[in-house]
Amino acid sequence: MFRVQFNDLIHGREVDAPSSQSSLDEFRFTTQLREINHVVKPTEGPKGSLERLGSRVVSNAVEMRNLTVSFGNVDAVDDVTLHITYGEVATLLGPNGAGKTTAVETLLGFRSPSLGSVRVHGLDPVRDHREVVARTGALLQRGGVWFPMTPRQVLDLTATYYEAPRETAELLTLLDLDRCARTPWRRLSGGEQQRTLLALALLGRPKVLVLDEPTTSVDPEGRQVIRDIIRAERDRGCALLITTHELDEAERLADHLVILHQGRVVAQGSQLDLAGEPELIVETSGPVDPAALAAILKCEVRSDGPLRVRCTIESSPERIAAVTTYLTSIGLSMVSMRTRASLEERYLDLIADERKGTRP
Amino acid sequence: MKAWFAQTRAEVRMNVRRGETLLLTIGIPVLLLVFFSLTHVTTSPALHRVNFIAPGILALCVLSTSLVALSIATGFERSYGVLRRLFVTPLGQRRLIGAKIGGVLVTEAIQVLVLSLVALALAWHPRGGATGALEVVALLLLGSAGCAGIGLLLAGQLRAEVNLAASNGLYLILLLVSGIVVPVSSLPSFVRHVVVGLPSGALAEGLHRVLGQGRSPTTADWVSLAVWAVLAPLLAARTFRFD
Repeated sequence: MFRVQFNDLIHGREVDAPSSQSSLDEFRFTTQLREINHVVKPTEGPKGSLERLGSRVVSNAVEMRNLTVSFGNVDAVDDVTLHITYGEVATLLGPNGAGKTTAVETLLGFRSPSLGSVRVHGLDPVRDHREVVARTGALLQRGGVWFPMTPRQVLDLTATYYEAPRETAELLTLLDLDRCARTPWRRLSGGEQQRTLLALALLGRPKVLVLDEPTTSVDPEGRQVIRDIIRAERDRGCALLITTHELDEAERLADHLVILHQGRVVAQGSQLDLAGEPELIVETSGPVDPAALAAILKCEVRSDGPLRVRCTIESSPERIAAVTTYLTSIGLSMVSMRTRASLEERYLDLIADERKGTRP
Repeated sequence: MKAWFAQTRAEVRMNVRRGETLLLTIGIPVLLLVFFSLTHVTTSPALHRVNFIAPGILALCVLSTSLVALSIATGFERSYGVLRRLFVTPLGQRRLIGAKIGGVLVTEAIQVLVLSLVALALAWHPRGGATGALEVVALLLLGSAGCAGIGLLLAGQLRAEVNLAASNGLYLILLLVSGIVVPVSSLPSFVRHVVVGLPSGALAEGLHRVLGQGRSPTTADWVSLAVWAVLAPLLAARTFRFD
């Protein structure tokens, strides 16, 4: 409700009455800002905070409405709707060719939507490109640096593009690039190159950060550095859109998950939203007959690998005891047990259902 | 302005540090200047050969830097994703192209200086006086704009490898048919008629008239160079792609 109200304010439409005292206060605050109509710096704040852009106030950092991007007869992105607020981390997940990079590129103004619309900070990324990129940091796949340049040189050069850039020395330290600050780009490792690109994305103090597969070819230590930066950026009120194949990264970082397949949204929501129905997922010390377990638990049971079964039933002490007793009776033991599917399991289920065409 | 200046400085630094660019912009022109001045493999309308070759080589400097080196470097920047990354910064297309042109002009100033010194060492006697010097600067600026437009047009459209071949091929053809080292009078008549329509042809012709004969460039030279200087960059800006 709150998000709709402020979108409507931006677009000058009639708005719903605020439903609570706190939203009423924010409503008044926003209205006052519009009346004052002065140029102010963007605010920094926690998740869901508002951004002031000139005389306008925007609540959605990123907004895709029924976005479709076509190449010839192929819809690389098909009717995608997504909102990201300031201080929120959203991840786009999906197999290769799902449309993640096309969506990101459209968001950054590389191409116009075929249908629907995209707004970043309430602005059109093609028409208002310069304003959008001045407030947006991006780490792109296939985004490079001049071969002879060192991380320090390219950061110093890129800093001249921004009005109030961050200090180069601070970013080199933050991204653990001090040791290779004077090494030419072509001699950097994949992880060092990726961290340099992230430093470049952070240089302009962005309020939206778009990271297209940020942990690709980065070692575990480097991943930890990147994770810490993502959390720090979120905490200072930056909106982040991350595409990744690394489901454990998404599980650790994302407030909002979007799963794409063949350009369409298969599922989106919080991790809890995507967790699906309660399950009893049991890893065993040896192979188990799902039919025998199904007869005991009186629910659907299926194998998920040679040593794992998934029972479509909510856990209870009696059911867990029943499974343990059964396993003991056939000379096996329980290695682990979970009551919800992991993101990876849900992701694989959803994509498999999509491929089979069994989802509505 | 700060971004444009910093980017221009970076472009110049990269130009002078790239071995292949140095070969193309300094090595080959010096080699051609010395070779064609000292040998008699081509005819020369001037008694003293260097007086014909040196103005042509100055036109070649523009061709090699504004068209070929710029086109190849920009093509590979696109191929390596440098332009993609720049697209998502506030640098902007205008300042990027402006910096590239700035880098080209500085590189050309270095080229003209080096080649003039080599030519003078070969007993070159440029003509034209102070007015001629101004005309030469105007010719070089217009020629640079036209050639840079063509170079960016190629770089913005072709794959880096195809662009590399196309730019080098174009360089060789224009070197031979523009009256740079081979006098236009030695070329077949159908080529003679189109030379002035080429930016490199009009530039070489204009430089030969000013520096070789002490006369002003023809109206056709100015018109041809001006048309290329306006149309080619406009077309390049309209069709330029960052990825």
